[in-house]
Amino acid sequence: MPAEHRYLSARVTRNEDARLLTGRARFVDDVQVPGMLHAAFVRSDYAHARIVSIDTSAARARAGVVAVYAAADLGEYLTPAPLLVPPPPIPDVVFHARTHLPLARDKVRYVGEPLAIVIAESRYIAEDAVRDVLVDLDPLDPVVDLEAAMADGAPRVHEDLESNAAAKVVQTKGNYEAARQQADLIVRRRFLYDRGASAAIENRAIVAQWDTGAEELTIWDTTQAPIPIRNGMAARLGLLESQVRVVAPFVGGGFGPKIMMFYPEELVIPWVAIRLGRAVKWTEDRRENFYATTQERGQVHEAEMALTREGRILGVRDHFLFDTGAYDPYGLTIPINTQCTLLGPYDIANYDSRFTAVFTNKPIVTPVRGAGRQHGVFVSERLLDLAAKELGIDRVEIRRRNLLGPDRFPHNHGIMFQDSAPLVYDSGNYLPTLERAVEMIGYEQLRGEQARMRAEGRHVGVGVVCYVEGTGIGPYEGARVTVEPSGVVRVATGVGTQGQGHYTVFAQIVAEVLGVDVTNVKVVTGDTREFQWGTGTFASRGAAVAGSACHAAALSVRGKILKLASQLLSVPEDGLELKDARVEVNGSPERGLTLAELAGRANPLRGAVRPGSEPGLESTAYFGPDRGSTASGVHAVMVEVDPETAMVDIKRYVVVHDCGTMINPLLVEGQIHGGVAHGIGNAFYEQLVYDDQGQLLNASLMDYLLPTATDVPPIETDHRETPSPFNPVGLKGVGEAGCIPSGAAFAQAVEDAIGNPAFEILQIPMSPDLLFDLMTEARRG
Amino acid sequence: MKVAVTVNGVAYERDIEARLLLSDFLRGDLGLTGTHVGCEHGVCGACTILFDGEPARSCIMFAVQADGHQIQTVEGLASPDGALSPLQQAFHEKHALQCGFCTPGMLTTLTAFLKNVPAPTELQIREALSANLCRCTGYQHIVEAVIVASRTPLP
Repeated sequence: MPAEHRYLSARVTRNEDARLLTGRARFVDDVQVPGMLHAAFVRSDYAHARIVSIDTSAARARAGVVAVYAAADLGEYLTPAPLLVPPPPIPDVVFHARTHLPLARDKVRYVGEPLAIVIAESRYIAEDAVRDVLVDLDPLDPVVDLEAAMADGAPRVHEDLESNAAAKVVQTKGNYEAARQQADLIVRRRFLYDRGASAAIENRAIVAQWDTGAEELTIWDTTQAPIPIRNGMAARLGLLESQVRVVAPFVGGGFGPKIMMFYPEELVIPWVAIRLGRAVKWTEDRRENFYATTQERGQVHEAEMALTREGRILGVRDHFLFDTGAYDPYGLTIPINTQCTLLGPYDIANYDSRFTAVFTNKPIVTPVRGAGRQHGVFVSERLLDLAAKELGIDRVEIRRRNLLGPDRFPHNHGIMFQDSAPLVYDSGNYLPTLERAVEMIGYEQLRGEQARMRAEGRHVGVGVVCYVEGTGIGPYEGARVTVEPSGVVRVATGVGTQGQGHYTVFAQIVAEVLGVDVTNVKVVTGDTREFQWGTGTFASRGAAVAGSACHAAALSVRGKILKLASQLLSVPEDGLELKDARVEVNGSPERGLTLAELAGRANPLRGAVRPGSEPGLESTAYFGPDRGSTASGVHAVMVEVDPETAMVDIKRYVVVHDCGTMINPLLVEGQIHGGVAHGIGNAFYEQLVYDDQGQLLNASLMDYLLPTATDVPPIETDHRETPSPFNPVGLKGVGEAGCIPSGAAFAQAVEDAIGNPAFEILQIPMSPDLLFDLMTEARRG
Repeated sequence: MKVAVTVNGVAYERDIEARLLLSDFLRGDLGLTGTHVGCEHGVCGACTILFDGEPARSCIMFAVQADGHQIQTVEGLASPDGALSPLQQAFHEKHALQCGFCTPGMLTTLTAFLKNVPAPTELQIREALSANLCRCTGYQHIVEAVIVASRTPLP
């Protein structure tokens, strides 16, 4: 790398914007294929019921209906979806894999579970015919509440299991019991976190087309993981991987649920397209999105922290329940994230963490932005706040006393992370991040003014919390970099893109290495025809892992460019420089060759490509980190609470974040802003409300409230850069960070604003109703 | 039923079902897929078009209601020579879009807003935006883009 970056770390505007701003960008629902049919699904109205019968005859008879399939019609294709992420090899882990079928057979386990698919000439007719399908369901007692699900005699979601426990995992370090005996203070509380929706503005969509002539299947899919979808569908359908092309074109927001692989709809639609020999499209509507797209966040924690009177953490014990919904195809990623992230940036020598994953009659749970990390942060930050109060130590000061110092890296926590690798923090420098956030929010000054404001009847509070985020995990990603004869550089990689700016940040990395303008680097992502090795976009890993692969491929191409130019110019490679899409001779910039000329010379029509060399200026490279890199940060908020109505006015929101080397601070800030907005939604508004029958009561955007422009304050950001030693550019992920600590920050700030020691916020979301009740209770003493 | 409508200055005549939504008509029948559908109940704002110059939700209108009217969609915001409008350009410069799915509705809503309120305050911008949902940006860069595109003095 040149010592001074031209394109890396620059606030470059995005290559992909023009297409999106003019309506030309193609999303899956924009795909139109001649003769295309449309699908609609018959879904369960009950959370838990035995299927008595499904009569599709009236639907089949409707004009314009081409076919209707229920489970019985799928024949040998009716096999369960795969377990995507097997549990890490933690000693004594108990895990029961129960994955869904393409269409439900015998029993339904959540409202919205697909029972049949209708194929018609238009979506309108397909939806008409859905109402023609007669479904006879025999309701069973549903399992809704997490704790009730684990009670003796509870109805069972999967009757072949002894209980609703899907998994049990214990991870410990040190000896918590012994540490507890030494403690001057034990704080213990029960913490709740409820379910929310990912709520990408684009719902899911799939188009499948079987080309009978070419014997090729093309699937356009709103997935974060096109390559695994390709591989899995080829295997299920008995096709070669090369016969299946999966395209995830522009995707309108992912936030996790679009990494869930092999939704029922994803399994059924390609099968139908092959069977009928016609293209089939299905686009989810918003109501279906509430019922049938995966969700997250239901957890119940019983946790305690043991401390010295100086506020040093001796240890933490946390036992929790995790709601995995009706099936568990995504394994234990979320609760293990919770378990690991609870340790945060702190020096915690003794830890006893155990959880039970619980089946419930609610939609399947898979990661949603943050993916369990916010729960761990909420528990540890809240316990620290409570301990600080008990000990009479300032909230910021108790954090200072417990942060891992810069000399403690790499830091091995001695437990296992979600990627089956040991939880090792690669690098970090936490104290300066905390001090910067404290300075930006004006913590000391605010503390000084609080009493005066309180005297004026104003309830203003401040919250300062720390967090880490495990990002950029393996197994690997790859990239191919090609200098085309036009001199344009093309980059192909396998990850899907859902708005992160991959067309720009990967271009920046390659532009930096090859000395070309960012706008001259054309990136393609999410098309298995273009690149067919990789996993997908999840765990804040796109930039760190695929970006590192782009870097490696670009370096290899750079080597080829210099070698060829050296031969043609008769100048040693170290006497050459790449600049402005040219190779120049150092000291005589008039002597040189453009990359376009070199690309032409590298692919001659006559002469020989010598043994040991390859034609063209092209390289493919892979990057597979042994383990992820750990980003960190501090959020500081200032709120004013109306004690009459419990409404919270967010006055200021400060984020100081460290995601290692930043490829593009403008895009990093965008990621943080969006994450914080999501965090504000989770903290105050967003809750999927289920009744005791497992019916979702707020399945519309009128009733499920997403934050709007008047709810999200301006967010003040600052960056610190502690490069990761685990990848060549020093990258760490940033996609999820913004929403991880928000709940904890607001809880601290709102408590601070109210200032009544009996007023404690132990659950998320904290709706105005909840805050009002808690305030009333606290006033009564 | 017959419907005659002008979209982005082009006259179209089609014979359609009375129940066809305007959003489906624009996207499916006319192939103008820049207008996006996010909720089909008029809340998210992604499907917002300009109906005789005023923002309207095309997912809760029937196509036949557009008979005899002028519609502008996101495809019609740039100049005929392809140059982005000042608002589109400001969205690009301020990184006011991420996945871009809500963007067409944001642009149509704000194009009409800036016509009516050429020099808005930040609060006015946020209120104008508050009927359009974005899950990616946290709105901050969108607000900044509107300030850049407006005659509001830069802070």
